Amino acid sequence: MTTTVYVPNDAAALSLGAEEVAQVIAEEARVRQMDVTIVRNGTRGMVWLEPLVEVTLSNGRVGYGPVTAGDVRSLFDADFLKGGAHPLRVGPVDSIPYFAKQERLTFARVGVTDPISLDDYLAHEGYQGLMRAVSMTSADIIKEVTESGLRGRGGAAFPTGIKWKTVADAPADQKYVTCNADEGDSGTFADRMLMEGDPFCLIEGMTIAAVAVGATQGYIYLRVEYPHAHRALNAAIAAAYAQGYLGENIRGTGKRFDLEVRLGAGAYICGEETSMLESLEGKRGEIRPRPPLPAIKGLFGQPTIVNNVMSLASVPIILQKGSAFYRDYGTGKSRGTLTIQLGGNIKRGGLIERAFGVTLREILYDYGGGSASGRPIRAVQVGGPLGAYLPESQFDTPLDYEAFTNIQALLGHGGIVAFDDTVDMAQMARYAMEFCAIESCGKCTPCRIGSTRGVEVMDRVISGQNRDGNLALVEELCDTMLNGSLCGLGGLTPYPVQSAMRHFREDFEKPA
Amino acid sequence: MPPLDAKSQDTVSAIVARLKDLPGALLPVLHAVQEALGYVPADAVPVIAEGLNLSRAEVHGVISFYHYFRDSPPGQHTIHMCRAEACQSMNQRALESYAKQKLGVEFHGTTANGAFTFEPVYCLGNCACSPAIMIDGELYGRVTPDRFDAILAQWEKRS
Repeated sequence: MTTTVYVPNDAAALSLGAEEVAQVIAEEARVRQMDVTIVRNGTRGMVWLEPLVEVTLSNGRVGYGPVTAGDVRSLFDADFLKGGAHPLRVGPVDSIPYFAKQERLTFARVGVTDPISLDDYLAHEGYQGLMRAVSMTSADIIKEVTESGLRGRGGAAFPTGIKWKTVADAPADQKYVTCNADEGDSGTFADRMLMEGDPFCLIEGMTIAAVAVGATQGYIYLRVEYPHAHRALNAAIAAAYAQGYLGENIRGTGKRFDLEVRLGAGAYICGEETSMLESLEGKRGEIRPRPPLPAIKGLFGQPTIVNNVMSLASVPIILQKGSAFYRDYGTGKSRGTLTIQLGGNIKRGGLIERAFGVTLREILYDYGGGSASGRPIRAVQVGGPLGAYLPESQFDTPLDYEAFTNIQALLGHGGIVAFDDTVDMAQMARYAMEFCAIESCGKCTPCRIGSTRGVEVMDRVISGQNRDGNLALVEELCDTMLNGSLCGLGGLTPYPVQSAMRHFREDFEKPA
Repeated sequence: MPPLDAKSQDTVSAIVARLKDLPGALLPVLHAVQEALGYVPADAVPVIAEGLNLSRAEVHGVISFYHYFRDSPPGQHTIHMCRAEACQSMNQRALESYAKQKLGVEFHGTTANGAFTFEPVYCLGNCACSPAIMIDGELYGRVTPDRFDAILAQWEKRS
């Protein structure tokens, strides 16, 4: 009888040697004449255990990690195919506290299934949401999404159902569903893990959106830095077409939806929705002034849904289990779950899906185990390069949209990057300006010129020239960018800069 | 830059013919050209412009807007090093200095032997095992100077 062994094919696991581990396991099994079936799953999100090898036993899956190619022979010697004792054995994977203490709704299948097997997807409740949706009216689908409380997970937190209703109500012969998979924020990787680990979930979510608003064409705008996700999406889309889950007559319902992946080309700004639409049209990714809203006049001038990967991937379970099921998770106006990505200088980095409301401290210490270096965590940046830096005194802030707004911070896409006490916050403030200068689309002056001037002024601060005057100038510049920029890039770059100045003033005043 | 040889001209023309009817075809065309030739040569611009019914300025403007598209040939392999915050929190700045010294080039440069082009990138989505680099689409995490040397040695063997 064959034993099923899981070795992740996720990019993070591959970056730590998972491919070689899979090859050596196959080779060792052949030499020892043992019947092993290797499945390349996504990651469970416990990146510190990657490559995490799982063996299927009669009573569940038991894990070994982190495994290197050099460990494989000793695993066979320890009879790991029967769950044998070994220093790398981490026990039943579902019971590891980091994993067991999560609320996995969007990521329910990620790390569990074979990502590009449609049969495996169907065997794990896949496409039940779509099958329910096609039996409902457009208005009822949108009502379900609206009542779930789902808000845009890309960072803006706009209610998804309201966006969909605007598109549904806009009269047009052609409408589009576009997925923003330009996950450019440092510290974020949930979209990547979902697209690599459960691509059908995103495809199903987009198909439901299309059915709801009457769109027939969809595009996934994927960043070029994600070649692994590109391959997984293309394989899943081909399988969905082959079995009638995409195309002109979806599962005999008479509904049509075509879907294609389009690659970005290394421009952070294309994660801004109007810039993304310009890029999809084959143009420079310069942002468009709003109004008109993309929901009214979006891709090629037609009504268009633009949603983040996480928003769309949350839709199948909402349709499958109903809005009340989803809404029961969370707190205040932040309903459902947040996929938190914990990275940077942290001992146990990874993906943590929890209902809104968990505190930063719990994530950093209970899950993360403190810094990787063993030094005190001095600052965390939440929400990507445009997010504020928070000091230890704010670690008890609950992760929900409003709580973060109240401390002049943003939750964004849920990325958390930890820094130990060796960080120089004046340098990080300078870097925020530099990043804005590199990635500005150039359309508006506060962002294009302001960021370049910001780098220059920060250089003067760091080198100790007329500090008080130059720090006042940085504040003034931030005010101009914040209030005068056309979009979030120039408009939010002041967040990391000003929060660094507010909470870590000593770094701006130390001798040059 | 020498003029484009006949074979490359044919490659560009074939790509344009194959993709020109896609809605918003320019980025897919540029990706295909760069994948085939390693860069988007100046001589390809008029061919693309004519095929897509755009001005040369529009095509040039798009190529120059996106960091990923290049107008000169890269080395045999391209190293993308993440410079973003998560990697910085794990000593990326020191790794960057080390890599520049080891390769003998700054960012956007190509090593003297033509083996490697060195490019910055802003997040590879590998933030739980920083710092990260990518070489020709293959991702590496927790890169230290020693590991950087070992990875480079592997790639030198490949070429």
